[in-house]
This record gives sequence, C-alpha cells and structure tokens, in this order.
Amino acid sequence: MTQPSRRRLLSNVVVGLCGGAVLLALVPLALVFFYVIKQGFSSLNWAFFTQMPKPVGETGGGMANAMVGTLILIGIASAIAIPVGLIAGVYLSEYAGGKFASAVRFTADVLNGVPSIVIGIFAYGLAVLPVHRFSALAGGLALSFMMIPIITRTTEELLNLVPSSLREGALALGATRARAAFGVMVPAALPGIMTGILVALARISGETAPLLFTSFNNRFFTARLDQPIASLTVQVYTYAISPYDDWHRQAWAGALVLVAFIFIFSVLARIVTRRLERMHRT
Amino acid sequence: MTVTEPGSPSIPMTTVPEVSSPPPPRPAGPFPAGLKTRMETRRLSFFYGKNQALHGISLAIPEKSVTALIGPSGCGKSTYLRCLNRMNDIIPNTRVEGEVLLDGHDIYGPGTDVVDLRRRVGMVFQRSNPFPKSIFENVAYGLKINGLCRHSELPERVEKALRASALWDEVKERMHTSALGLSGGQQQRLCIARALAVEPEVLLMDEPASALDPIATQKIEELIYDLKRDYTIAIVTHNMQQAARVSEYTAFFMLGRLVEHDRTEKIFTNPGQKITEDYITGRFG
Repeated sequence: MTQPSRRRLLSNVVVGLCGGAVLLALVPLALVFFYVIKQGFSSLNWAFFTQMPKPVGETGGGMANAMVGTLILIGIASAIAIPVGLIAGVYLSEYAGGKFASAVRFTADVLNGVPSIVIGIFAYGLAVLPVHRFSALAGGLALSFMMIPIITRTTEELLNLVPSSLREGALALGATRARAAFGVMVPAALPGIMTGILVALARISGETAPLLFTSFNNRFFTARLDQPIASLTVQVYTYAISPYDDWHRQAWAGALVLVAFIFIFSVLARIVTRRLERMHRT
Repeated sequence: MTVTEPGSPSIPMTTVPEVSSPPPPRPAGPFPAGLKTRMETRRLSFFYGKNQALHGISLAIPEKSVTALIGPSGCGKSTYLRCLNRMNDIIPNTRVEGEVLLDGHDIYGPGTDVVDLRRRVGMVFQRSNPFPKSIFENVAYGLKINGLCRHSELPERVEKALRASALWDEVKERMHTSALGLSGGQQQRLCIARALAVEPEVLLMDEPASALDPIATQKIEELIYDLKRDYTIAIVTHNMQQAARVSEYTAFFMLGRLVEHDRTEKIFTNPGQKITEDYITGRFG
C-alpha cells in the first residue's frame, strides 16, 4: 500500500470511530425518549393534568398536585440558589484571590459531586428533624444545595471570560468594585450565566433522592410550604414500585411529562442564550 | 531646559543609560509663566512586588494642554499614567512611593476618595472597551453611577459628550443599538465620549489610537487637539509623529526613569540628551 492511501485509510478509520462514539452516546437518549413516549403517551389524557390521584383501587385520576408541587419546589430552590450562587460566583471572580478562593472553589466542586441522596439526608437533618415535619421548604432547600455549586462555578468561569478592560473602564469612570461587577461584568456575562442557571434547573427538576425525606410526598393538593408536598419524581417512583397496573401506567405518563419538562427547559435555555447573545453582539 | 531624575539614592544607577544628572529642580517644568499646573508627581516610585517600575518621577502636567509621554516599550509610561488615577490599585502586590498631586492635594494621601478621584481624572484605554450596552447607555453610565444629573437631563448630557467627541452625527440615529456594532475608531471615540460625559478635570489616554487605522487615528488626533481647549490631557504614545502633532509638552521615559521633559518642539528639534535624540530618530526602541 502506498503511503498516501494508508494515511487516508487511517483517517477514515478514525472518523468512523468518532461517528460510532457519537452514535453510542445518542442511542440511549433516543431509546429513553422512544420508550417513555411509547409507554407514557397512551396514558396521557386531560385528566392526568387536571385531577388529583384517586384512592387505592380506583382507576384514573392524575398528577396535577405533583406537577404544581414540582414547580413550587423548583421555585423555592431557585429563590435560594440563584442569588446565593450568583453572588458567590461574583465574589470568587471579582474579589477573592489566593487560598480562601481556591478553598471555596474546591468546596463547590465537591458539593457538586456529593450524591444527591446524601444531600437529601443533610437537608433532612437541617430542616426536617428540628421541626418534626416534612415540608416543601426542606425539599426546595435540598434542591438548592444541588444548584448552588453549578451556578457559582458557571458564574465565576463566565465572569473570568469577560475582558478585564471592561472592569477597568467602569472603574475609570468612578464606579465602585461592586458597581463594576454587578453593573458591567455580570450583564456582559449574562447569556452564559442564564444558561448555567437553566442547566442547573434542568438538572434538579429530575431529582428524586433529595426529595424522598425532605418534601416527602402528598396525595392531596397543597400550596403550603410547611407541609409535605407532592413532586413528579417522587410520585413516579411511588407509583412505579406499587403493585397496581394502573399506577404503573400513570408512572410512565409522569415520566413522560418530566422528560418533556426538562426538554422544554433545555430548549428554553438555548433560546434565551441566543437572544441575549444577539443583543450583545450587534 | 532639561529635567533629569537621578532616582532615589538607594537605587543603583547602573541600569540607566548615559544621563548627566544635575540636581533635580522642583518639577516646575518648561512652562511659560502663569500656566497653572493641574497634576504633578513628586519623586513617584512604583513597585510590582520587588520589581521597581518607576524611579522617582517628578513631572508636572500643566492645565489645558497636552503632555505626551513617550519612550520604548516597558519604560513605565503606562504605569506612570495609571498612577495618576490610581488604576494600579487594583493590581495586587503593588506599592507606590512619593506624591501625586491633583490641584495640590496628594491623591495617595489619607482621605482620598478613589471613586471620586477617578471621576475627576478620566481615562481612555489602548483597546477600546465599550460596555456591551447601547451607545446611549455607554455614555450615560458614568453620569448614572455618579449621580451627576437628573434622569431627565441624561439625553442632553449624552448628546453633549458625543458632540464633544465628534461622534454625534454618526450615531444620533442609532443611540439605542449596541455599542459593539460600531467600528473600531467609533468605539474608541465612544469611550472618549464616555469619559468626557462625567466632565473630568484631567483626561489620561493610554495609546488611544494604537489599535486604529490611519483615518480613525487622524480623527482621534483632531479630537485631542480640540479637547485641550477645555481639558488637561496626558497621552501615552508610541507614535513619534503623533506626539509631535498633538502635544505641547513631551516627557521621555526610559527604564522607569524620566530622562527629559520639555516643550515638544524642543524635544523633537533640539533634545537635551543624546539618548532622547537616538530614540526620537529611531536609532533604538
């Protein structure tokens, strides 16, 4: 074989391997989508979105309370994690230098890697044990612990990408450090930070483990934050391990709604990022 | 007349090229009588960690004129400029010795409000750095954060600053589009407008035209020429012709020391130091 054709062959093999790896990565996603839609779609109906769970033994009913519950939990988690994560990220990027900053960075990375069930146990000890009651607040708190490190690190990394000449420009006009950070640097990094926040949201909206013994579950509708509250993930889990066929069907439907939910979040993240970026470019 | 600086006594002079050193006079500078000094440094030294970047610079910047700072790369002219509005404060592990006087008050002295100082001593950077906001918001930024005018006066003040930087006619139709859509030269003039909007007393320019094409450079130079009627300007430049064109006074820096400071005309036609002549005629640097 001549030299050039050998090189071409090698190149083709490597390109082929790359393609194969991409397929391997995409196939599970496609299968999950396919299977969840196949199993869940037939059980989806209007009642599923509007009705409460029926008592054991009765067929039908829906997961309206769990959907509202999931939204409430995400809302609580965001209300805690977005300000905390954002401010911590600004601190790391704009103020901190040296040992303390690297300690915070390391802690955030470790927290990001802590198994979600452990975070659930921690939130249980922090917010459930002292008051002897499962609550939406405890669930939201557990989820916020998962969001904070993601938001902190993305905010920091994206702020580091903003040219420091912008900070100098603001300071030279008589801005304080804080004003330069929040008035110029954060807006300049906003598209990326928004993506980080939406990625964190997508990540936590699918979590079950941190909720198992914090927000627990609730077969009834509630909007009270100091009460146990239903969530799609825990509801799906409960129904999936039950012995009833009708509940199994509903679990599939719940899983489908959840996947759709996260899918919409991700698409939204894309759209928002594009919009903001376009505003910044021209 | 020549002003030379021997540096502080503890620093060995070995690194300085042939410079004859008469005892340094007070930096009255080569100015005609009656010209007021706006800014002045006395024995200003600056350290990056253990590295001394400026060696006892004494220099006066007279008002309503342009003082050009020239010298080879790394000679400390930008560092010097950034001492004048304390922009070096944000670099960790740096130290300043000596005095920087703005209207007679030491800006490194206690009780200086750095934020207010930077409002009074504006700065334009080498690379234009408009904020990723609209043209209007860029110019209004300094006015807003300093609370310099009522909200209703903003458009008027923004227009005034843009007219002063000769940008108004080019951008008046697109005030609320992103500043990043402007050309490089326009962006730099926008940065000048942004600095002018807060009505500083002194304007520092760090190679404001070095990243621009000749036509944009010419516009900036014309602008500087107009601005000196109202402002005191110090400009760092690598471009000899530019220094000769826009400035009244020129200070030649070399290895962190002030070698010569005189009327621009004198520096460029009959410099007092051999080394200045060598630099200006392009024999090194």
